[in-house]
Amino acid sequence: MHRFANPARFLRLAAVVMPWTAGATVLLIAAGLFFGLVASPADYQQGDTVRIMYVHVPSAWMGLFVYTTMAVASATALIWKHPLADLVAKSAAPIGAGFTLVCLVTGALWGKPMWGTWWAWDARLTSMLILFFLYLGHMALVDAFDDPTRGARAAAILALAGFVNVPIIKFSVDWWNTLHQPASVVKMGGPAIDPSMLAPLLLMGVGFTTFFVTVLFLRVRAEILAAKIRAIRLTQVRGQGVG
Amino acid sequence: MASFFEMGGYAGYVWPAYAVTAVVMGALLVASLRTLRNREAELRVLQQARPERPRRRQTPAAGNAEAAGDA
Repeated sequence: MHRFANPARFLRLAAVVMPWTAGATVLLIAAGLFFGLVASPADYQQGDTVRIMYVHVPSAWMGLFVYTTMAVASATALIWKHPLADLVAKSAAPIGAGFTLVCLVTGALWGKPMWGTWWAWDARLTSMLILFFLYLGHMALVDAFDDPTRGARAAAILALAGFVNVPIIKFSVDWWNTLHQPASVVKMGGPAIDPSMLAPLLLMGVGFTTFFVTVLFLRVRAEILAAKIRAIRLTQVRGQGVG
Repeated sequence: MASFFEMGGYAGYVWPAYAVTAVVMGALLVASLRTLRNREAELRVLQQARPERPRRRQTPAAGNAEAAGDA
């Protein structure tokens, strides 16, 4: 892993990977939209509202996946002092917050016609709202100190403590009575969902993941540049002080 | 075609869901790209103002990666 600790090496890797993840994102989401909106049937109970699933469920997956990425990066930063891990965690947080927000809003837009309510304070919905606040807290904390390393350290501890929420979200539909339906894709005995609906769901899921990788690399690159700018400014200030 | 946009009477829920998704993902991409471009410009100005760079041999490799990313 320390092979990628070197920012110059990371920048070279990112320059190679990004065109492919960006291209894959466009193709996968275009295909996902076609199968989701045009080539898949309406649900026999839910009618066309089932199409909300193709943006709601992948964004929920991403909310959890991005947070897990952030927690792993934070652990790596705290334990091994990996110089890029803090930048990865900081760069991931706004993307995860965006996906979680999409999940909450599309969930409300699906809940109103199907459950008769925009919102309910039940286990799945509330734990997802907490995830959103954890992201916001991370984003605020990481910039709350004059010394970026102190901010990164505080934010890493928040990310790790908040990770307890991830399994709670995943299993909330099994542990508590909730309006939200239980898992139907990742479950024992295979997915309980028709292939015509599973296809757009997975296409969007993979497309959202490649989108995340692309935007994450853009943001990490910007963070590396910010660190360089800070270093140059610092030497300038020192140079003036001595001279 | 009209029936496609009606979404079986649920147009008011389905289309806003897709619109919110597109707006949030689009905003993330645009904001990230804009920050990156601004930092690249800022770094260029700083490096031009101070041509003799007391940096080790890392700098040319990083410079190449940035140049490749610009294309």
